[in-house]
Parts: sequence; structure tokens; C-alpha cells
Amino acid sequence: MLKIENLQAEIDGKAILKGLNIEVKAGEVHAIMGPNGAGKSTLASVIAGKEEYEVTGGNIELNGEDISELAPEERAHNGVFLSFQYPVEIPGVSVTNFIKTAINETRKAKGLEDMPAKDMLKMIREKSELLEIDRKFLGRSLNEGFSGGEKKRNEIFQMAMLEPKLAILDETDSGLDIDALRIVANGVNKLKSKDNAVIVITHYQRLLDYIVPDFVHVLHDGKIVKTGDASLALELEAKGYDWIKQELV
Amino acid sequence: MSKYTEEQLEEELKTQEYKYGFYTDIESDTFPVGLNEDVVRAISKKKNEPEWMTEWRLEAFRVWEQMEEPEWANVHYEKPKFQDIAYYSAPKQKPKLNSLDEVDPELLDTFKRLGISIDEQKKLANVAVDIVMDSVSVATTFKKTLGEKGIIFMPISEAIQEHPELVKKYLGTVVPTSDNFYAALNSAVFSDGSFCYIPKGVKCPMELSTYFRINEGGTGQFERTLVVADKGSYVSYLEGCTAPMRDENQLHAAVVELIAMDDAEIKYSTVQNWYPGNKEGKGGVYNFVTKRGLCENNAKISWTQVETGSAVTWKYPSCILKGNNSVGEFYSIAVTNNFQQADTGTKMIHLGKNTKSTIISKGISAGKSQNSYRGLVQINSRAENARNFSQCDSLLMGNECGAHTFPYIETKNKSAQIEHEATTSKIGEDQLFYCNQRGIDTEKAIALIVNGFSKEVLNKLPMEFAVEAQKLLEISLEGSVG
Repeated sequence: MLKIENLQAEIDGKAILKGLNIEVKAGEVHAIMGPNGAGKSTLASVIAGKEEYEVTGGNIELNGEDISELAPEERAHNGVFLSFQYPVEIPGVSVTNFIKTAINETRKAKGLEDMPAKDMLKMIREKSELLEIDRKFLGRSLNEGFSGGEKKRNEIFQMAMLEPKLAILDETDSGLDIDALRIVANGVNKLKSKDNAVIVITHYQRLLDYIVPDFVHVLHDGKIVKTGDASLALELEAKGYDWIKQELV
Repeated sequence: MSKYTEEQLEEELKTQEYKYGFYTDIESDTFPVGLNEDVVRAISKKKNEPEWMTEWRLEAFRVWEQMEEPEWANVHYEKPKFQDIAYYSAPKQKPKLNSLDEVDPELLDTFKRLGISIDEQKKLANVAVDIVMDSVSVATTFKKTLGEKGIIFMPISEAIQEHPELVKKYLGTVVPTSDNFYAALNSAVFSDGSFCYIPKGVKCPMELSTYFRINEGGTGQFERTLVVADKGSYVSYLEGCTAPMRDENQLHAAVVELIAMDDAEIKYSTVQNWYPGNKEGKGGVYNFVTKRGLCENNAKISWTQVETGSAVTWKYPSCILKGNNSVGEFYSIAVTNNFQQADTGTKMIHLGKNTKSTIISKGISAGKSQNSYRGLVQINSRAENARNFSQCDSLLMGNECGAHTFPYIETKNKSAQIEHEATTSKIGEDQLFYCNQRGIDTEKAIALIVNGFSKEVLNKLPMEFAVEAQKLLEISLEGSVG
């Protein structure tokens, strides 16, 4: 699904990713953990194609195709989805209107007609039930005045609607209380299939109690320095990151 | 008529941003350039006007001659040379039409290109369209249906002939000839426009609509609109404008007067899309408009405008809340891109008791444009318990444009309650990236964000107009973020 080789990226001349490798296959869940400033969110932004970051080396392949030169929307059309750590507000644009536009723009890029309204309605109904989303919520302006939990749930709702191949969840657990965390994690689990893949970026182990990863990677100073299974996350939780840093010396 | 050179042709083909930029090749009957008393008399004569009308125009001309062009607005432009403008232009063929079959086929084609299918509008939208083509109305529809209700909706030139008592009674009562430089000029030379009268207690059963076009090169267009809603009546009036591509500046100085008698309501909606000039700021229409409405007891006037066109806009649709319990509303979206300049807003003059006004202004600036809101809320000494709420929001795109807000509040009565809110925001990279990440490209993302920003005002427009207005916002901002 996703193959990243020797990825190097910088922002404003400052190198953040320094030769990162990762391979994610369909049906897998990968967790990327690491201390603050390791480059976790940068990795998410670079995969999604944020323009402020300059890729200075390496490549990003999605299903065998190099996507590193594609515009962010083209990557989205190819099935990349990023659940933002800080989702933006768009006043006056309802959740429904936003998701409708996103779906139809993606369909347009694929040469398809707009999704018929009744299909859209059916899908919205199904997915909002799946994520325990109140109908009223769908009429509100996108993220405007949303609580932390609502914002994250809205991100996962969009993910459910867009049915991406590769979903990257950037600190989706931050700002969530335990109930919201459970709902969001359950949503992600229900959306998982053998045909898609999920990358979970997180500081803490607690999200991984709900979304159990097949692989855990530790990102440090722009590189993956250690890879293991779910137990690695527990070990990190118990010991912190310092022992990994010391191991590297 | 100046030549249409190879270069001009090329220029037109190049600049395709302006969708409605084309001429209609209809023979026109145009006066030589220049303005003096003889020209004013000639216009009046050409239109077969009664003596009182000629005198009215002459008086306005004499006032205008003594006046100076105003300079207080936050706009900069090369002033029109008023002696280089032709003050009258009418299509030569001016048949009295009973059906569409009698309309010049080329004119019909123009309407089609503008997306106005009269037939379709008749059938689907329930809209009666009085089309003003180069100052003279050439088609009036639905007159009969309206006639049965006693509603008068016709070109003002015809109204002067057929209903002189009404025109004489109300013309210039809300915007006097001496009101301002452009209003005086308009009063002297106005070529045509619309007249509408709704009798007592009648609710107009359809939206009344007028489409304007400037067509002949070098002729300023001076529209005059007068809407009178008699006691307890209701009317919703739509005004939409498109103009053909021109390389020289065109002057447009319209006057609109609304009169809402006791318990009457007038809703006046405008979509303005005159040619804004090219990307270098060359050409474009100068739009200097005076719009004002008078409310008697318990009357209500709502102005809704979507201003996307013109190189320079100077426009303040206002309400005089003369009657007790009268209500004035102003909902505005003004978009400026490239080198456009807009100085627009409203005046709410509270004279009566318990009068209420609401102002919602949304300014969107892109490119190197300047967008100013200018509004006056005036509470007079006898206006007990007057209330006003104003909200002025500005949205900026890029770093080279400007948004300005000039709110004036004058109150002479302690019981007044006035609220003013203002915000300025910028379309951020983060918002665009968020949309991009969801598969929405930047152009579409801007349209989405702008439509969201403008929603409160778009919602005030009649349905069919709202759709058109949304499209216009998108077209106007194309290429505004690189």
C-alpha cells in the first residue's frame, strides 16, 4: 500500500525528516510513536502533500505509484486521508455541505457524476449511526465551536464517508476524554478492512488499547529507530523514550 | 463608433475570464458626445416627454452644473470627462412587442448567452422580466397578469406617458435632484429605467425582475427606478446586471427610489456584475449609484445586494425610517479582485418612534483590490426607542488587498440602542490545505469558504437569484490565490 524510502524533508531550511523508511501493507495498522519534535506530524503532512514542507530526497509510493509530486487534492483522490490534529474551522459551511463537496470533487476527479442525493443521504445516515453522531451536528458550521471530542469525531466521520485506502490519524487521541476516545477508536475499528491501512500517530499508549497495532515504530530525530509489535508501545509507556535514545548512542 | 481593431479583438479573446464579455450588434441611435441644456432638451424630446418633465430635467441639470464631483470616498480613479460622453443611446428598432416572436433575433441570442431564457423564466421561475437594453426597454412580459392585480410595472419612459400623475407625485421625493452630483446628473439625463406601483393591500404574486446591460461603447447608462408600494402592499424586486467587455471606462450613475407607505413592504435585491476591468486594472465600469427608500408607519424596506463587478463602486442603499415602527434592512456582499475598488454601505436614518434597522455587510477582498464599508446610523431626537444592529465582516485573500470599515453613528436620543460588531479574517493556508486534503482543489475551496462567509446574506436572496449569486462569487474570485 504505502512504501516510503529514505524520505528527507525540511521546512524553512530546517531538516526534519532525515532518511525515513516505512512500509505499510493493506489490512495493517501501524503506530508511530516518539517524543515531541521527532517529526511525527511532519511525516503526516508530507505524506498528505502540505506545500510548506520541501521533500529533499527519497520517495513516497502509494500502491506502486510515486505520489511525491502530486498536489494534496490529487493524493486525496488516490485514497490518502489525514485526520488532523487541529481541524480548521470553516464558518458558514455545514458538515454536510463540506462532506458533499469533498465526495463530489473526488468523484469528479475520477470522471464520475455527482453522487445522487438519495445515495448521499443513505450513506450519511449509516455512517453517522456508526459513529454515534447526532443529526443536528451535521447541520452545524464545520468545526466552529466544536469541542475537542466533536472535532475528532467529525474527522473520523469524514474518513468514514470518504472511504480512504490509507488513513493517517495524527494525534487523534489528544484532547479526548475517555468516552470520546472509545467512540472514535470504535469507529476506526469498524472502518478497518483487509483493503485499507491505518497509520496512528500518537504520544501515548492509551489509544492503542483500543486500536491495536500490528506494528509500532519509534520515530526519533527524523528516522524510524525501532520497530516492534504492540508490546513495544507498552514498553515505551513504562520506560519513556530515554532508553531508546541511550540505545542509539 | 470607434473601430474594432485586430488588437482589441485579440485582447478580447485572451481575456475570457469575463464570461459575459461580448457585444450585441444591434444598430444604435446615439447622440453626439457632450452635455448642455440643448442635449437635455433633446433627450426629453426624443422620449416625447411632457413639459413638466423637461423642466424637471433642466432644473436638475442647472443644479448639477454648480456641483462638484465628490471626493470623500476611499476610491481613486481617473474622473470621467463628462463632456466626452454620449448621453443617449437607444436601439434603433424599438417595436412595441406583444410576444417574443417580435423581438430582434440577435437580441434574443444575447439573452440566451446571458443565461436568461425569457420563456424559461416565464414558465419556471414565475418571474416577469422587464429588460433594459442600452437604456431603452425593449421587452416587457407578464404585464397582463400584473395588470389584473392593478400592478403597474413598465419602463419609466412609458409610465411618464401613461401614468404622469403617479410619476410626477413621487419622482425625486426620496432622492431630490440636488441630492448629490451623480443623482443630479442622472435626473438631468436619465434615459430609462423601471416604474413599479403596487396598489393598496396587493401582494405582488411574483418577483419583479429587471436585467440591465450597457451596450453601446462610450454611452454612460443612467437608469432611473421608482418603486411605490401603496398601503399594506408587498413587492419583491430583483435587479441583475451584466455588461459587455469594454476597454475604456464606462460611467454608470443610476438612481433608485423606493416608497413604502403605511404597512407596506419592499424587498429590493441586486446582483451587480458590471465589467470590473482586466487583470491590470484597465477598463471597467464606474458605478456611482444612489439608492434610497422611504418607510412610512409600520413599513419595511430590505436592501440585499451582491456586488461583484465594476472597477469602481460607490453605492449606499439607504432607508429613511420616517414612520413609527418602521424597519430598514441592509444585507450586502461586496467582492473586489485585481484592481477593483468598492466603497459601499448604507445609511439608516431613524426619524420615527420604535424604528429598527439591521445592517449585515460582508466584504471580500482579493488581488490588489480595496474594499470599504461605509455606513451611517443616525438616530434623530424624536426617534424614541430606536434600535440598530450592525455587523461588518471582512475576508481577505493574499497580502496585497485592503479592507476598511468606516462606521458612523450619530444619536440624538438617549433611548437608542445601537450595536456594532466587526470582524476581519483571512483565508488561511491551513484552511486551504484542509480542503485540499479532502480532495477539494484550491479554487473550489475558496468558493466554499467565501460562500460560507457570505451565507447570512445569500440566504436573504430569492432562491433563483441565490444560485446565480453563488456562481458569480466563484467566477469573480477565479485565480485570486496562486
